[in-house]
Amino acid sequence: MNILARILAIVFRHKWRLAAALTSMVGATSAYLTLPYLFGSAVDEIDSIFDGGGVSDEAMIRIGLAILAASSIRGFLTFFQTFMGESLAQHVVYDLRNHYYHHIQNLSFGFHDKNHTGNLMSRAITDVEAIRMFCVGGVIRAPYFLVLFLATAIILLLRDWRLGLVSLGFMPLLAIVSAVIRLQLRRIWLRVQEEMAELNTVLQENMTGVRVVRAFAAEDQEKAKYDAASSAVSADMVKIARLQAMNASFMGFIYLVAIGLVLWYGGQRVIDGSLSPGELAQFLFYMQLLALPIRHAGMLVNNFARAFSAGQRLFEIMDYRSDVLEAPGAGDMPTVRGHVRFEDVSFRYDNGPLVVKDVEIDAKPGTLVALLGAPGSGKSSLVHLLPRFYDLAAGRITIDGVDIKEPTLKSLRQNIGIVQQDVFLFTASLSENIAYGRPSATMDEIVAAAKVAQLHEFIEDLEEGYDTKIGERGSTLSGGQRQRMAIARAVLLDPPLLILDDATASVDANTEERIRKAMESVMSGRTTFVIAHRLSTLFKADEILVMDEGRIVERGTHASLLAHGGVYRRIYDLQLRPQEEVMMEFDVPDPVHRHGENT
Amino acid sequence: MGTQTSGSAGQGSRRMEEDVFGTAFDYRVVLRMIPYIRPYGALMGVAIVAMLLFTATVVAVPWLIKEGIDSYIHDDDFGGLTLLIAIFIGNAILNWGASFTQELAIARVGQGVLYRLRGELFSHLQRQSVSFYDKNEVGRLMSRVLGDVYQLQEFLGVAVVTVGDLLSLVGITAVVIILSLKLGLISMVTLPILIIFMAVWQPLARGAFIRVRRAASIVNGALNENIAGVRVVQSVNRQDQNLEQFDELNSENLKSNLQATRLSAGVLPVVEILPAISITLVIFFGARLVGADALEVGALIAFVMYIQRFFDPIRSLTMQYTQLQRAMASGVRIFELLDNQPALVDAEDAIELPRLSGDIELKNVSYSYVPGQDVLTDVNLHIQPGQTVAIVGPTGAGKTTLVSLIARFYDVDRDRGAILVDGHDIRDTKRKSLAMQMSMVLQEPFLFTGTVRDNIKYGHPAATDEQMIEASKSVGAHDFISRLEDGYETFLQERGVNLSVGQRQLLSFARAIVADPRILVLDEATANIDSYTEMLIQRALSRLLQGRTAIVIAHRLSTIRGADQIVVLNRGRIEEVGNHDHLMDADGLYAQLYAMNFAALKDAMPGGNGTK
Repeated sequence: MNILARILAIVFRHKWRLAAALTSMVGATSAYLTLPYLFGSAVDEIDSIFDGGGVSDEAMIRIGLAILAASSIRGFLTFFQTFMGESLAQHVVYDLRNHYYHHIQNLSFGFHDKNHTGNLMSRAITDVEAIRMFCVGGVIRAPYFLVLFLATAIILLLRDWRLGLVSLGFMPLLAIVSAVIRLQLRRIWLRVQEEMAELNTVLQENMTGVRVVRAFAAEDQEKAKYDAASSAVSADMVKIARLQAMNASFMGFIYLVAIGLVLWYGGQRVIDGSLSPGELAQFLFYMQLLALPIRHAGMLVNNFARAFSAGQRLFEIMDYRSDVLEAPGAGDMPTVRGHVRFEDVSFRYDNGPLVVKDVEIDAKPGTLVALLGAPGSGKSSLVHLLPRFYDLAAGRITIDGVDIKEPTLKSLRQNIGIVQQDVFLFTASLSENIAYGRPSATMDEIVAAAKVAQLHEFIEDLEEGYDTKIGERGSTLSGGQRQRMAIARAVLLDPPLLILDDATASVDANTEERIRKAMESVMSGRTTFVIAHRLSTLFKADEILVMDEGRIVERGTHASLLAHGGVYRRIYDLQLRPQEEVMMEFDVPDPVHRHGENT
Repeated sequence: MGTQTSGSAGQGSRRMEEDVFGTAFDYRVVLRMIPYIRPYGALMGVAIVAMLLFTATVVAVPWLIKEGIDSYIHDDDFGGLTLLIAIFIGNAILNWGASFTQELAIARVGQGVLYRLRGELFSHLQRQSVSFYDKNEVGRLMSRVLGDVYQLQEFLGVAVVTVGDLLSLVGITAVVIILSLKLGLISMVTLPILIIFMAVWQPLARGAFIRVRRAASIVNGALNENIAGVRVVQSVNRQDQNLEQFDELNSENLKSNLQATRLSAGVLPVVEILPAISITLVIFFGARLVGADALEVGALIAFVMYIQRFFDPIRSLTMQYTQLQRAMASGVRIFELLDNQPALVDAEDAIELPRLSGDIELKNVSYSYVPGQDVLTDVNLHIQPGQTVAIVGPTGAGKTTLVSLIARFYDVDRDRGAILVDGHDIRDTKRKSLAMQMSMVLQEPFLFTGTVRDNIKYGHPAATDEQMIEASKSVGAHDFISRLEDGYETFLQERGVNLSVGQRQLLSFARAIVADPRILVLDEATANIDSYTEMLIQRALSRLLQGRTAIVIAHRLSTIRGADQIVVLNRGRIEEVGNHDHLMDADGLYAQLYAMNFAALKDAMPGGNGTK
């Protein structure tokens, strides 16, 4: 609800730093406030020359030392205040980053389906930075300005209430103008942040999809998209600048007018003798203290506005409750035998139509279940339910008789190995990528897993072997190699349950052979669900489930389904049998010439 | 942004951007900015005038106060004082107008410059050859363009303040000297101390801020990769460990920030105490001057005010220091990128290709990405209009390079052969006129954020809906598109993650067809898709290839066998050319390949024999 309050709640977690910063701020300000008084005293002292007295060196030295002392105190306390303030801000964003990181990595697939990486990143960078600036500006500097204003106001009013009123009468006006402008700024900042996200998306896609852009000569089209977003950003930035300029210049004007009035009214009072020149000087010096705060108040207003919109965007993510939640007091699932049952399972994404309908599966430990069907028939959705990447709309899934909603997510997923269709590799060495799920694995274990995945020879042939770094998204590896990397990853985890999304159907015979071997060895002894596209897998399956529009329309073994002569037979004739023909290619990795290939 | 090691902590290079860390003022960057500012010359002139006026009005205030005190209050001249106050208010109005004009004008100029710079960077990146993207990670480029332009934007705000500060520094110095030379010199006594202090402080601060930036880029890189790979992270339960690692990087970042803060805040006591010394001296000696009738009280008051003001700019300069330094480093990186000459630019007199018949000829083409390591050597090939040519060969034979050259992703060096399309050397043509008549389907489908319609009509926005639907039907994509929530209007998330890989590939096939290209290039377009989608495409293919010249990198025999020509590439050379029967008869590499793979396949199909 109140974004400011929520940001402050995080700030208050570091109360000692906050207290230290604010205390030193009050100290520094107190020291600061003695300066105009001292200056004024000096002026009176000097002015007494005209009343016939000489300047007393002793008095001047006393005043001079006092000025030095007050400035020193202020100097060191300001140092302390600034350091503590920044330290507070840094600790706040440190907390925020850790929370954000952890929150995001635990959000369900449903969330990540909808949110771009770029978008989440821009929040983590620019919005977190805006919060940091708010901690320094809004939490420390704003109270400082406020204290300075109030203290000055009280001092002035106490010394001479009429002159005090003249010098401070402009304050309410400034407050109102700032408040109005802040509201407008906040709205524009939000819009700018959205426009920036748009801009970034176009840019990123142009670079990642450079081959497509080139192949279709779409440069002009893309440039137009980019320019539109870019000019929207510029236009809004100018609007922001205008608002800020209006605010700042108006503040400066009002401030100068106030000084003029003090000089005028105060001067009159000095003339009629009810005020000493020193007192007038004091007033002017006090007003001078307000110059810097007033100059920076505009920035501060912007700072608040930005923090509001940044906070709004951050909390939007932080408040997102994962739709897959652990039951309160969930216990750990032990290592399972692998008896998986789907009981009347249905599933939909958000409020969309059901994509999995009334599915019944009973997979005994160690069996191989193959799923087959057109794209969009619900195979991937179905297997993603087992590790609870999404939750069911109806029905239940049990493993060894335990409902998967009961144990902790971690212990459930520890039992399940997954080879995804879209293999994600991290910018790291091959060995680190293989050991991603079990960083404690020894080199021997990594090599063993690579052997099972039929990758060892390929890796050994590389100049740097297992230490070879792979680039962004593993683009230096071929599709087949990436898939086997994912298999090696799963092998190393040694889970009793396995989900394989076998995406690549047609590869050359050598690669086919490698993948087949890799898959067979990883499947043995585990309950495996495989989205199958190759015949060799289907032949071995204990049960083949043929899916269509979310339902299982046929089930059985290869032989029985073929004999049955239904959908499976048709798919077999149309799609699968042609696989028996030859695929012509060597799979000879050649690191020197691979550059420019496979990319 | 950028991708980062998220493996075991401490391993691997975590740097994500080139470490260019400039000084707070880099004249080369400033000089390079001038051409960008020039179009706004008039506006800039306005800004400068406004800025001078603004500074003058600010510097005038203590002077007016002095006048008020010494000339009128001291002489009990209330009428004169009122007149002075009128001038004072006039000065305030000038100040108001100048301040507003200056800020707005600078913002206009600045945003204009940024807009141009962003656009130029974008166009520049678009002009880079594809090999540029082979060499540079997108994450790193993104971080450059976004981060650095952002830095320059932040810099603008600071720059205005800084220039204003410098101007008022000059103005104040001048006025103080005019007011009283003696007292002016006395008040400047502390200046050498400040200069020495800054000289010592500056290199220290620079090192600290470099550490800060490095730490921040590492943190962001780690975050970026973790978000991109979140599905794997959750699958293998790495969250806790990742958090631990992230926390380590995050703490490192915190630590370096605190260190830098200690340094930047360290300036504060100095800039507090030095002016106090100056003021004390001024008051002490000023009092004597007043006593000797050499100075008036109001002038002394003005002096104190000026000294206070004098140190304000210095104080804020130290606060802006980091920002300036960052901006200069960003400027250096941006211009470095802009200086990178694109490898591929249309010649001035490049010709517009007419509608092509689709005749392609490669003459003695050699190509290398790295000098000395030829990927293609002396390739000669003639493709007749309407022919389908299959390219086969082992991984690394140069197949993708060959089609990339025909699509002009890279240019062949002039002395290393030529590629002719309908008799025109493609280096002498406008790239766009060739690209408009050529379509490619790549191994990995790439979709853009936007609707299905945007994606199919990509590159040919003028295509009609009928043409789009026709194209979708011809590749078998229409059915699944119609079943999507909003049909052709369905919005595709980030690169189409809400579609399967096969569906994404069907869309890229439809995209290739909607343009009705004369030349079609398929680069292992069916390698990463499921058997169902492949079947759809196989069915469509023979029809799609009709009447067009097609170059297909393929490994499926049925595709290869149907080709008019099969080109067998090996180690960058054409080993054999001919149709299937011809090559089988020749009993060369192709026949060997065929025999080998066929045998391997037989082994891999238990029971496959029985159903044949």
